Amino acid sequence: MKIIKIFLVLFLIISFSTLKSDEKNDELKIKILKNIRCLICQGQSVYDSESEFALSIKLVIDKKIKNGESEDQIYEFLREKYGDWILYNPKLHKNTYILWLLPLLLFLLGGAIIYRNLIIKKN
Amino acid sequence: MKNKFSIFVIIIFLSFCFVIFYEGLNTPKTYTPKVNGKKNIQTFKVKDFDSNNYINSDKIFEDNIFYIVNIWASWCVPCRVEHPLLMELSKNQSIKIIGLNYKDNLSNAKNFINKFGNPYSKILIDSDGTLSIEFGAYGVPETFIIDKKKKIIKNYVGPINQEIVDEIKLIIK
Repeated sequence: MKIIKIFLVLFLIISFSTLKSDEKNDELKIKILKNIRCLICQGQSVYDSESEFALSIKLVIDKKIKNGESEDQIYEFLREKYGDWILYNPKLHKNTYILWLLPLLLFLLGGAIIYRNLIIKKN
Repeated sequence: MKNKFSIFVIIIFLSFCFVIFYEGLNTPKTYTPKVNGKKNIQTFKVKDFDSNNYINSDKIFEDNIFYIVNIWASWCVPCRVEHPLLMELSKNQSIKIIGLNYKDNLSNAKNFINKFGNPYSKILIDSDGTLSIEFGAYGVPETFIIDKKKKIIKNYVGPINQEIVDEIKLIIK
């Protein structure tokens, strides 16, 4: 009887941890799919699309997550195959410097102009 | 002097904005995939169309020649358009054409080959489309050229035409 109880507890613990890791994988999968552009659709992410391309990408990502690949590894795989355009949120590298740094530069420039005008007004 | 400088800065800024928006209006809004650039082929295991056995990619691309990988399906209308051109290409001894049967019904695919001819030295089954993604494909039909170093050197999205066939012949010369 005692052995059955121990097995039951162990079974519950294992089932619970499997469920928990499945839930984590699903969250990661949804996060990645929402950040991937469906290249043959108009303005849709792979997550929202039911095109053949999107369905295949979903399967590939599912497989990669189950194989233990990280989010960055999956993005790198997609970037290598399809270029930066496939990612809604591309990483900072030489092709995306302008994309990331221009708003910051404009913000700093605007701030500097406002600051200068305030000082002139004060004087 | 100060005023002139401010006007100069404003003009430069407005010109910059004008160029950006003008370029934005002129560039096409549809995505045009990058079809050049060398990419490695991943090693993979795949089901063979004829024997239904799994084969390794090393066994598929083992000869020291150019390979053409053509993604096709019996339900794909543009595939029928390009098929005679593939038949023409298959006569060339210096290349081998590998067919990747995409999300297809096997008996329909066999009927297609029986009806229109078989340009492929080997046909592989990609029943869920995942192998096509490993190749970096967008859909069907799509054609990849693989060089002797087993790198993808070019791909053509959509059906091939006579112009592309001539280009392929030049590449494999």
